[in-house]
Amino acid sequence: MDLLRFTTAGSVDDGKSTLIGRLLYDSKSIFEDQLEAIEESSRKKGDENVNLALLTDGLKAEREQGITIDVAYRYFATPKRKFIIADTPGHIQYTRNMVTGASTANLAIILIDARKGVIEQTKRHSFIANLLRIKHVVVAVNKMDLVDYSQEVYDGIVADYQSFASRLDNLVDITPIPISALNGDNIVEKSENMPWFEGSSLLYHLENVYVGGDENHVQARFPVQWVIRPQSDKFHDFRGFAGRVAGGVFRPGDEITVLPSGFGTRVKKIFHDGREMEEAFAPQSITMTLEDEIDISRGDMLVKANNPPDQGQNLEAMICWFSNQNLNPRAKFIIRQTTRETKAIVQNVSYKVDINTLRKEEDVASFTLNEIGRISLRTAAPLFYDSYNDNRHTGSFILIDPGTNETVAAGMLL
Amino acid sequence: MSDYTLSHLNQLEAEAIFILRETAAQFENPGLLFSAGKDSIVMAHLARKAFYPARIPFPLVHVDTGHNFPETIAFRDAYAEKIGARLHIGLVQDSIDRGTAVEETGANASRNKLQTVTLLETIEEQQYDAVLGGGRRDEEKARAKERFFSHRNDFGEWDPKNQRPELWNLFNGRKQSGEHFRVFPLSNFTEMDVWMYMHREGIDLPSLYYAHEREVVIRNGVILAVSEFVQPRDGETVEVKKIRFRTMGDATITGAVESDADTMERIIEEVAAARQTERGNRADDKRSETAMEDRKKEGYF
Repeated sequence: MDLLRFTTAGSVDDGKSTLIGRLLYDSKSIFEDQLEAIEESSRKKGDENVNLALLTDGLKAEREQGITIDVAYRYFATPKRKFIIADTPGHIQYTRNMVTGASTANLAIILIDARKGVIEQTKRHSFIANLLRIKHVVVAVNKMDLVDYSQEVYDGIVADYQSFASRLDNLVDITPIPISALNGDNIVEKSENMPWFEGSSLLYHLENVYVGGDENHVQARFPVQWVIRPQSDKFHDFRGFAGRVAGGVFRPGDEITVLPSGFGTRVKKIFHDGREMEEAFAPQSITMTLEDEIDISRGDMLVKANNPPDQGQNLEAMICWFSNQNLNPRAKFIIRQTTRETKAIVQNVSYKVDINTLRKEEDVASFTLNEIGRISLRTAAPLFYDSYNDNRHTGSFILIDPGTNETVAAGMLL
Repeated sequence: MSDYTLSHLNQLEAEAIFILRETAAQFENPGLLFSAGKDSIVMAHLARKAFYPARIPFPLVHVDTGHNFPETIAFRDAYAEKIGARLHIGLVQDSIDRGTAVEETGANASRNKLQTVTLLETIEEQQYDAVLGGGRRDEEKARAKERFFSHRNDFGEWDPKNQRPELWNLFNGRKQSGEHFRVFPLSNFTEMDVWMYMHREGIDLPSLYYAHEREVVIRNGVILAVSEFVQPRDGETVEVKKIRFRTMGDATITGAVESDADTMERIIEEVAAARQTERGNRADDKRSETAMEDRKKEGYF
């Protein structure tokens, strides 16, 4: 059984919570006591129907205000796959949550209300999915029951969406599905109300979409996370480099280069849980020993000698600004990329993107909360990286305010 | 030839090991909460894998209400010895004796809430800057929103509305002095995943998890084992039932389920068919709709 992580984005009324409730309910992932608890809450609040949104809106403030504030993670499984849903709120002020949820997702479900068609918010969600390089998108045209299950309405929305999405290069696999989350049409079973629809149901698609190719298995990258030195008699000389493979495949005997020192050596052995392995690939957590004794510590990167990453101190990136305090272009930040940490300053803001129109605004000097744009950075020490489009693990970073320790931005290297 | 995909258990394992190593690397003095409950056993098992062949670089920490089943305590001590880990025990009784925690009174009194006091005192006294917990997001709705690296202010409080965003594999454990982090390597495991993982790994558990016959009383619809700490009240009758525990907590509040599942395979079948959440039998969660969030804000596990 494998794993699919997907994100859902939608606004208050487009049925996102109902859809998730439906998936959980139909896959028998909602328990009786949970259902009883939300029935009771719905009754107390005077709701007419059981409000499935209460399943995902866990925090007191969310339940009081009837809104989703934070990313909630939900789990369900079918005999074929385990699913992790990052359920993110759709309000404009919560771009940061959508970006967060999208950062680990293989697939995004973008909900469109069939009565409203493609609206600004649809574009916003799609832009973020594209920016975070989610290759697989399901365009779920919801509330088909309210447009008489009309193929004409559906086809119109799909055509609108495709013409807009043609500008978003990373969305390589767009699958539109007409659904009614409320009635269960095309959720688990194919709907008899829409015999004209030739595709598969949403759950079938989620179970079968191929996401194995989402990791980079070509460019070998191993950021060192921790050095294991047992200091016991039995393992006296053992020096293992522990970490998570961020790309490519490593095998014993491979010629590797250590960055930043540039020393070359070979992989001696690869361990997982004390067992020797023939190979290791992303995203496995492993321990490696090397043929030669070289000074290596956390933040260094082991790469295949014939296929090094980019390295440098002057970087171009797209960022999403997360802080209530505007970006101060003269401020110093801590940048964390893979297991590496150094200082950084923003040298230039090239533009920001109006995520409703996708227009670039130039002549900007700063970012405010939830704004997205392009910057030039200079770091105190060189980073070893790939373009985010080639590798999510080595192409991503966060900026931390050294005064407050808050994570103030997420970035994707170009 | 491998197609370079990982099963869901291998993905969860790789993620948890990454988090455990990240905790060792980003903090100076972490502790691993170990109650001898199944989640903490799985976490300790993963920690052994993460640092093999070295010993795990943190002590096991147990907040002991003094109301535990003897099987739990015996298992805890044997486990710490087996893996060669230091074991630090914070006693709720000590907090009560010190006057920092006050024993609850009334019919449903328990020491559950007092654990928060002892936990925070232990963290302060031992100067832990990170505490690893076995909490999972599928357990409870407030936990569904919690980060892997969850910040606590210098009073040990959680601010759920102001959590740091967590993206990719990048975890920000920076803090001011006096603050600490709670770290949850099993965040993305579900109850089923934990059982499937224990089965695959051949992990030993305290016998309480397997069906056995025991004297019980039924109180507020919850099956409680009769023990030194739970005695039948007027109108309650002691019955012998075949039961097992789905979670391991304080003996005064942890309800059992009637079950014949005496092997891990049979438990997995039961979990797959279960129609109640595992915390459905926890009286501590039933106190109010947001009981977990309220306790977590104050510094609970």
